[in-house]
This record gives sequence, C-alpha cells and structure tokens, in this order.
Amino acid sequence: MADAGAGSLHGGDSALSCLPEEQELSQRLRRLYPAVNQEETPLPRSWSPKDKYNYIGLSQGNLRVHYKGHGKNHKDAASVRATHPIPAACGIYYFEVKIVSKGRDGYMGIGLSAQGVNMNRLPGWDKHSYGYHGDDGHSFCSSGTGQPYGPTFTTGDVIGCCVNLINNTCFYTKNGHSLGIAFTDLPLPAMISNQFMELLQEYIQHLFKSNLYPTVGLQTPGEIVDANFGQQPFVFDIEDYMREWRAKIQGTIKRFPIGDRLGEWQAMLQNMVSSYLVHHGYCSTAAAFARITDTTIQEEQTSIKNRQRIQKLVLAGRVGEAIEATQQLYPGLLEHNPNLLFMLKCRQFVEMVNGTDSEVRCFSARSPRSQDSYPGSPNLSPRRGSNNSHVHSTGADSPTCSNGVLSTKIKQSCSKYQALSSSSSSSSSSSPSSVNYSESNSTDSTKSQQHSSTSNQETRHLAFLSFFYLSDSEMEMEAEHYPNGVLENSSTRIMNGTYKHEEILQTDESSMDNCPQRQLCGGNHAATERMIQFGRELQTLSEQLCREYGKNTMHKKMLQDAFSLLAYSDPWNCPVGQQLDPIQREPVCAALNSAILESQNLPKQPPLMLALGQASECLRLMARVGLGSCSFARVDDYLH
Amino acid sequence: MACVLEAPLRMSVLSEVTASSRHYVDRLFDLDPQKVLQGVIDMKNAVIGNNKQKANLIVLGAVPRLLYLLQQETSSTELRTECAVVLGSLAMGTENNVKSLLDCHIIPALLQGLLSPDLKFIEACLRCLRTIFISPVTPEDLLYTDATVISHLMALLSRSRYTQEYICQIFSHCCKLQHWHSCGFKSLPQPLLCANGPDHQTILFNHGAVQNIAHLLVSTSYKVRMQALKCFSVLAFENPQVSMTLVNGKHKVLVDGELLPQIFVKMLQRDKPVEMQLTSAKCLTSMCRAGAIRTDDSCIVLKTLPCLVRMCSKERLLEERVEGAETLAYLIETDVELQRIASITDHLIVMLADYFKYPSSVSAITDIKRLDHDLKHAHELRQAAFKLYASLGANDEDIRKKIIETENMMDRIVNGLSESSIKVRLAAVRCLHSLSRSVQQLRTSFQDHAVWKPLMKVLQNAPNEILVVASSTLCNLLLEFSPSKEPILESGAIELLCSLTQSENLALRVNGIWALMNVAFQAEQKIKSDILRGLSTEQLFQLLSDSDVNVLMKTLGLLRNLLSTRPHIDHIMSTHGKQIMQAVTLILEGEHNIEVKEQTLCILANIADGTTAKELIMTNDDILQKIKYYMSHSNAKLQLAAMFCISNLVWNEEEGSQERQDKLRDMGIVDILHKLSQSSDPNLCDKAKTALQQYLA
Repeated sequence: MADAGAGSLHGGDSALSCLPEEQELSQRLRRLYPAVNQEETPLPRSWSPKDKYNYIGLSQGNLRVHYKGHGKNHKDAASVRATHPIPAACGIYYFEVKIVSKGRDGYMGIGLSAQGVNMNRLPGWDKHSYGYHGDDGHSFCSSGTGQPYGPTFTTGDVIGCCVNLINNTCFYTKNGHSLGIAFTDLPLPAMISNQFMELLQEYIQHLFKSNLYPTVGLQTPGEIVDANFGQQPFVFDIEDYMREWRAKIQGTIKRFPIGDRLGEWQAMLQNMVSSYLVHHGYCSTAAAFARITDTTIQEEQTSIKNRQRIQKLVLAGRVGEAIEATQQLYPGLLEHNPNLLFMLKCRQFVEMVNGTDSEVRCFSARSPRSQDSYPGSPNLSPRRGSNNSHVHSTGADSPTCSNGVLSTKIKQSCSKYQALSSSSSSSSSSSPSSVNYSESNSTDSTKSQQHSSTSNQETRHLAFLSFFYLSDSEMEMEAEHYPNGVLENSSTRIMNGTYKHEEILQTDESSMDNCPQRQLCGGNHAATERMIQFGRELQTLSEQLCREYGKNTMHKKMLQDAFSLLAYSDPWNCPVGQQLDPIQREPVCAALNSAILESQNLPKQPPLMLALGQASECLRLMARVGLGSCSFARVDDYLH
Repeated sequence: MACVLEAPLRMSVLSEVTASSRHYVDRLFDLDPQKVLQGVIDMKNAVIGNNKQKANLIVLGAVPRLLYLLQQETSSTELRTECAVVLGSLAMGTENNVKSLLDCHIIPALLQGLLSPDLKFIEACLRCLRTIFISPVTPEDLLYTDATVISHLMALLSRSRYTQEYICQIFSHCCKLQHWHSCGFKSLPQPLLCANGPDHQTILFNHGAVQNIAHLLVSTSYKVRMQALKCFSVLAFENPQVSMTLVNGKHKVLVDGELLPQIFVKMLQRDKPVEMQLTSAKCLTSMCRAGAIRTDDSCIVLKTLPCLVRMCSKERLLEERVEGAETLAYLIETDVELQRIASITDHLIVMLADYFKYPSSVSAITDIKRLDHDLKHAHELRQAAFKLYASLGANDEDIRKKIIETENMMDRIVNGLSESSIKVRLAAVRCLHSLSRSVQQLRTSFQDHAVWKPLMKVLQNAPNEILVVASSTLCNLLLEFSPSKEPILESGAIELLCSLTQSENLALRVNGIWALMNVAFQAEQKIKSDILRGLSTEQLFQLLSDSDVNVLMKTLGLLRNLLSTRPHIDHIMSTHGKQIMQAVTLILEGEHNIEVKEQTLCILANIADGTTAKELIMTNDDILQKIKYYMSHSNAKLQLAAMFCISNLVWNEEEGSQERQDKLRDMGIVDILHKLSQSSDPNLCDKAKTALQQYLA
C-alpha cells in the first residue's frame, strides 16, 4: 500500500523519462528515498554543468568528471557540485564515486559543499565544505588542514559518501566497506529543542545557506571520476544501513515514554475513539463502546441520530431532503452559513442531473430501467440487492429509510451483482471479483466476509474499529439494532489515504461502462424541467450572495461546473462528469456535519483525525526543516 | 513418611519459615490423588520467584517425592506435568538448587518422562531439562549417557514450538568445546576433546542435527529461530565437518529454497536483533574458518566482517563487544586480506582502544551498579581487544604500525602482561607476539617501552599456554638487530631458555632452542660459552636426537651459529670437539631429510674453517669418507655443502695445507673435483674450480 502511495505521488517523473537507465534510476531513488517529494525537492541525478570551475570537464550524461587544468599547485584545484542539494527528507543519503584514473598525482577530493562555496578549491578546504582526499586519506572539515581519517584511494577504487540527516553525520565507504564517521557536525538543523518555533525560523534561513550538494574536486591532469547517484546498484549496502535506522527510529517511537499517566493515556485513547464514532454518527457503536469502556458520550443520542439522518440523506444524493431536515432540526444554521447552503444547493443540482435527488426522483421512481441502470442508486439495500432481482419494483422510499444508505463500495458490488442477474452479457469474472474487491478493502476481512456471506453488511463500517477491544458478541449485537454504515466510504478513505480513493474511482468507471443506459434526470421529462427550474433558482441565489458578500470565485466555479454537465449528451462521460460520482457527496456531507457540530459547540473535526493530521503535518514540517528522521516514521507505516 | 526428613533439619532460624513450607511437602503425601494434585499446584504458585521458599522445599525433601510422583505410572498426566513444572521452577533458583536436583538424579527421570505420549507433559519435562542444562553446574555429558536420548530428542523436534525451543537450547548448551575460552587460536596446542568416543558435536551431527534443525531457522517463533541459530553456532564452531555440511552437504540442506548461508546472511541484516546478528556472524565465521566458505566470498567480506566490526562499537553491550571482538579475531586470524579490510573498517583500531577504559572514571562515581558491571567485564574486554589486535597485526606491517600508534598502546600491553587474570596476560602476550614480527617496531617502540622486562617476568612460572607465546615472542626480541637482546640476556634469559628445551611440551622445546639459536647468531665468545654451559652436552645430544625435526633443525642451527668465526670454532672444538664430531657422524648416518643433512654438512664446513679444529676432521677417516660420499650425492645442495668442507680443508694459505691436500688427493677427492668442474650446475662448477686452484698454487 505504501508503495502504491509513493508511486502515485511521484508518478510524474517516471512518465517523463523513457530511457531504461533513467527509469532504473528513478525507481532506485524512489525506493531509497520514499519520503522525498521530488517535485518540491529534486534529488541529485548528475553533476551540474553550471555549478563548476572551468578546469572541470563533464561527459557521459554529466556523470563523468575529468580535470582539464594545468594542475601545477593547489591554486589549480577545481570542483563540481551536483544539480541539486540533498533533501532532508532522504533521512539517509548516499552516492558513490568511482576513480577511473588517478591521473598525475591523485589529488582527488570527494564530499559535500553548500552552494556558493568557491569551486576553485577541493571539497573540505572552506567553510560549509567537507571532503575526503585520495592522496593522503585525510578528511577535511571546512579546513585547509586535514585529519587522519581513512586509507588512501586510487584508480579502480569506489568511494561512497553517506550523509545521515538524522544525526547530522557523514561517513565514507571504500569498495563497499564503511570507513567510520568522518564528520559529526554537518551544518544541518540539530534536534528539536524547547524553543522549537524560534529555532524553526533559524533553521529555514540556515537551510537556504547551507544545503549540502554532493561535490567532487580534482587537481592534477588525467584525473577522471564517475559518479553513481543511483544509476547503478551501489557497492556498499546502503539499504541495510537504512534498515538499521528505520528500526532505530521506529523503536524510539514504540518506546516513547508516556509516563506514569498510563490511566490518563488510556482514557485519552478511549475518548478519541468515542469522539470519532460520535462525530460520524455511529451512534449505537459509540454507545456500545461507551458501555464497555465505562465512559460517557458528550453529545445526546438524539442529536447524534439527527446528524446521522442528515448525513445519510446527503450521501444518498437526496440533498434536497437533507437541506429540509437541517432547516427543521437546526433552524438558522444554514441561514448563517450561506456558503454551506450554496454548496448544498449546487450538490442538489448535480444530484438532480444524476436522477437521485427526491425532487426529480418522484417523477422517475416508477421507471424500473433507470433504477436498474444507475450503479450508485442509494435506495438499494445490500440485502435486497444480493437476495433477489425484484429490487427495481420495490426500490422506493420505505426501505431506504429503514436501511439507510450504503457505502459506495457496497453499492458497486450490488449493482454489479444485479447486472449479472439481469443481463447475461456481463462478463462472469467481473461480478465475483468486484464483490471480493469491496471486501478486501475492509480493514478486517474475516469479519466482513462473515457478514457479507449472510448478506448482512450493515456492520462493515465497524470493521475498521476492530483493533479496539470490541468483543465479537458486541459486534453482533450491534449489527442487529444498528442500521447501515453510512460513512464507511469516507472513513476508509481517511484511514487509508488517497490512493484507495483512486482505485474506487477506477472501479466506478468500469462499472459505469457496464451500464450504458444512464439518462439525464433519470430520463424523465418532467424531472428535467424541474431541474432546469432549480438551476435558475440556484443562479439567482448565486447572484444574491454575490450582492451581499461580494464575488466568490469558488461559488462561481461550483456553479459553472454543475451547469456544464448539461452541455454534454452523456454527462457521466464528460470532462466534468466526475461530479456525478457519489464519492463527491462526501466532502459536502462532511462540511454539513462539521457545521452542525460547530453550531452545537462540539469540535468540528474528531480529535482522532486531528491527531492524524497533526502527525502528517509534523512529518512534512520535519522534512522541510531538515529533520531526517521523518523519512523513517511515515504515518502510513502505522495505519494498517 | 514425611517425619523421616524432620530430624536433621532442626534449625531454629529456619523453623518458622519451614513450618509453612513443610505443609506443602506434607500435602504431597496425601492419600487422595486429587489433594496431591492440588498440593502440587499450590506449591507451584508458592515457589514462583521465591528463592527462599525453593531452598526450603528442597531442604525438606520435596524433590524426591516430586520425582517419585512424576515417575509413577499411576499418577495422572496432569499431576506428572505439574510435578515437572514445580521441579523446573526449583531449577530456576540458585546453582545450589540445581546441584540438589542433580543429586536426586532428576535428569534420568525427566528423560524417561520424554517417552510419554502426552505433549504437555513432554514440554514440561523439556522445559525443566533446559533449565538444568543451561546451568553451569550441570555436566554436559549427562545428556550423552544414553545413546537413545539424542535420537528421541531429534524426533521430538517436530512436536511443537516449545519442544523446538527447549531442545535447541539444550543442544547448544550441551555441545561445549573444552577449550571454549581460547576461542579461535588453533595455532596453539589445545587439550584433546573427550578422549573416549566422539565429541558432542559429532554425536549431534551424526544424529542428523543439521537437517533436523535447519528448517527451524525460518520458524515463525523468534525464540525458536534464535535457539536454532545458537545451536548451529555451537555445532559449527571449529568443526569442518558440520561447517561443510551447512554449506553443501551431500544432501544439500535447503530451507524455503535457500541455502543455509543465505539464511544466515539474512539474519545479519542490520534491523535484526543484535543477538541474532552476532550469532549468525559466528556461524558464518566458523564456516569460513573451516574452509566451507572462501575468505573472499562477499558474504564474509561485505556482510560478516562488517557486522562483527559493528559489534565492537561503543553502542553495543559489553558482552556483545567481547564476543564480537573475539569472533572477529578468529575470522581474520589467518587471512591478511581480511585483516586489511577490518583494519580500515569503521576505525576499528581506534574503537578497540575504548575496550581499555573500563571501569571508566565516570562509572565509579555515578553508580555502584554500573561500576560492578564494568568491573565484571573489564578483564573480558581487555583480553578480547588484545586478541583482536593480535589478529589484526599478524601479517601486515602497516597495520602493526597503526596499532602501536594508537593511544598508549604499548603501555597497555605492558600493563596487560602483568595483570592477574591469566586470560588477559595470555592475550597481551599474543598481541605482543604479533607486533614483535615487525623489525621496525622491535627497534623502536619495543625498546622505548622496555617491553622485555615484563615479558621476562611473564616467563617466570607461567602456565604452558602463556609460556608458548611468550617464548615465541622472546625469540623475536632476541634477533640480532633487536636492541632488547642485550638486556634480556643480562637478565638471565639463557638459563631460562635452556630450561625450556627440557620441557615436555614440544612447542616450548622448539621455542627454547630457536631463541638460543637467535642468541648465538654472531654472538660474542662469552655468550656462546654460556649457552654451551647452560645447555650441557647431554642436553645438546638429547636435542639432536629429538623426534621432532623442528627441534633438530634449530639445534643444528644453534651449533652452526656457535661454530662461527675462527677463534670461536677452535675454542669450542677444543672443549667439545669429540662430542660434536660424534653427533655429526650420528646424524649423517641416520635417516634424516635433506635439510637436516645439509645443515650438518654446513656445521662440518664451519669446523673445517677452524685452525686447530680442522685436524678433528682430517684425523677422522670416517667423516672424510662421508664428505666424499656427499660430494657425489644426487642432491646438489648436499654436494655443495660437502664442497664447502673440502674447500676449507684444502685452502692453501693456511698451515699444513699441503698435507691435507695430499691426503685428500689420495682419497680420490681431486678426481671428483675434476668431474664436478664439468658439472652443469654453475655453483658446483665454480666451487670445484676454486678448490682445484688451491692444488695448483
């Protein structure tokens, strides 16, 4: 999963390069430095033809460096830096240099330097410059005099340079053997101290000055070296070294002391789980959880149920009803949130196009064909969907209420199931595989399989919580009296990151392909007229808002996108067709839910999500200020 | 029955405590089996973690009763299992507890229990056996008294992860080498393993240990993996047979489609637990030393060696650092390339200097526990560092230089030579020996630090183990160019060396005579006389008839060195001529290899160089015939050596040369010389011509 995530993150650069070596380089770099956002901080891939002294010649794709000066004395020294500095998010960075020829005297230096350091010098001689020299084996730490460090090196040797951005040290390797720490005080940000924010500023300024670049320097004629920034496998087993540090950092996290407040700690965790359940309106689950853990729920049961009802409506695409219910249950809320109202109305319009909003559905409910053909149809309970094919004849209001709304994924599998039972033209393999697919996305597959085998998928939303200590019996009981998992989709998405989202989208598209008979507003003429009418009202609302609050580009865009749907004969397969995807209901639903909670003086985001967001943001920040350990403590590693 | 045990134990101090303990014991004798079972269970709960209670119960005689219940066929399996559990708990206590259990013959009883069909009972027995066998007071041989035990244990390996864990642990603790402490230094004589019958490794190997345990290396249980790995590290240690099988036995051992070395390499990965890395490095080291893996194989050069160097780093526990250094010393001991790689890896030479800083001044102040811990390991650390330095500097002059340039290195060695711990002294001498192979260091640092003084001290009354290395070091220090030579001689080295030549220990005899040979090289008259006097003629003859060719060669070398420069030759021959001529005759007549005979002929040539000593040859027709014989020998070296004799005898500037020439011509020597002057061998040809010229002049 993490791989998939990384892959989607940097999909860009593999697409750019088509040469196999380039591809291998990109692959290796991604594998070595998965935490690096290469769009923000590109990795060094070759020597820079601009950032070098003119006694340096480059060839072989700017990887080979040769000396072309006189080489009379140290004043003829010449260096070249890599194209990019080493990003801190590497955690541990490594490159190798092979000595192709030691030339006349073998005065070669390999190391690091900051931008702006004089290139008419060997690395290590100046401030913010570090080097290991072949002629005497000494290390030069921003000084003209070296310290005895390692063996000398010469033609045929492969010298590696490893920068550890976690403890700000550097060591070299010779022919795959680690030579030990050379520098311990690299000018990279130190560990977090108490005055974190204060230092942060300092760090960021500091970084601009002293980001380190891989650097080589030569001094006598005939000296030639080749760099390997990942083009080829390294001689030294750097991945093994990285493994050690990953284990170290994860060990630190694991052993992080939470002090004597163990009781409080547990209470806090319980509170986080409970508030999460309440937030998303898993009301019975929250009650069960509260009972077992002997905690209390802040919000009243009825309040939770109300929110739940509204959310269900939004997710079912019945936005009109949702607006009504909100106005009824929380008077004044939408009036005070015109932006939210506008967003809801826009969505309502989209759902009308979709044929799902109740204002248009009342016209088309009796058309079995349209029911059948729409994959995301919310009023199909899984039980019905999988048990019989009469669904279309009963698919009206009452079952929807009692069963609530299904998650997108479940809907997909149901519709596919239907497609199979109603038309033999569907490929036989697609149906079971899509069912399995939806199951495997659940966090606890055994549990969900068990439920799906009895077609009782109502408790699936609970699966992701199975790592908390709900006993099986509690889960079963829960299933009996608790209705559907409304938000399973959104919860899964949040828990697993965006790539999953994309997979779902893909399946959606393919399922759409299987159902070619989708029509505007369910194909009903009256409904279409109602939709157009509604569009006009929306336009008016937009203008009114514009008058009252000034221009709002967001509104404009929303409106434009929504109206654009009408410009295409097949809105589902048009450039703006994505809006029709049921998944797009989720942000709307979440916004409404947050607004309601806020109006009740409850947190608009569950603390669990806040903590998660905090952790992710913290890691991003660490990468930006050069705290290398961020690369070995990714949030994804802890979400299973 | 219980009252029988009461009488001897009336100790007032104990009485109160024992009252409750006795209650537990009494309940073991209840007639109702159900009550007995409950009694055993209660006892189990009472002894957990309570050493005093354990001791009390043992004193009160619980052990025989528990063993009785355990062995009774009529006992329920549950009861027997609980008995084994309680016994295991008792064994967890002090060493005295284990001794008491052993006295009650617990091992045969538990081994018998392994024949039961009940897995729970078997596991309890194994667990108890494991606890007993890992105790240092338990003789390992107890596992091998019955031949069927091992094969039964091998069969039980498949039963459960607990049987796997316990059995592997038992094996790895019952397979110890007797020279465990001198890890890796094969060059020195070791006590023989179990004189009667094959050693433990071979027994286990013959029962298919490798095949049976190999698949446990990929068990899902970490404990099982670890114990299996430990088992292999012990089985393979200095055992070429096991080591070869691990790599490519007749039936290739594959686990999950991988060869064992590959599995070991995976266990070396840096994110694996340190214990696992270290143990698998030990396995690979043994396999490498046994020749099963080449020393230039990447799994040694790029994996095992760097892993062991990392084990020496400051971040590791003291125990791990000791084991890491010892294993690395063993790995690189005989391979100069590995020595070179290790010497540049992670500043190892500097890193090792830290081994001498325990207990550190900080630990003494900060807390007493740490001080205690440091003190306990200080000796081990020092000896391990010395061993590794010895291996590092065994062959390469540059490495030796680097070692000696390490802070206070020579002082540390000198201090090490006089430490109370034999282990440290031995390792320090070893280190010194390794460094003494450097001509440059002998002339400089060895002299600056007067290393010879503590070395001479070590040689007094030291155990043979140390004497062997120390005398070998002394050999180097006595080389002609060594400035230490003189002070060493003045401090009575000759006498010491002469006494070494009388040792039962072959290595000591060789070193003694070798050192004397070095001393005699270009020495002054007095020293030579001292040697002869110290050695005595009888001893000299004794050595010349030594069964070991090395001793013989060095003795002849000594003679040759003694018989150099004319005045010395004449002097020595005037006093010992008769005996020496006898010895020479004896050797030339005896069955010896070419080198020995050559050396002997060279001695004759030296004698022939003397002024008066010449006569000892000229008057000895037997010897002259022998020289003549060797002039026509098939081996050119011997011919040449014989020619040297002749050449010296016929040299015409010296007194009486005419007579000698005549005599030799009469013997037909000149004819041979003519023949040899036609030889295709340029050396022989030249020598013959020079000799013939003496006749012409």
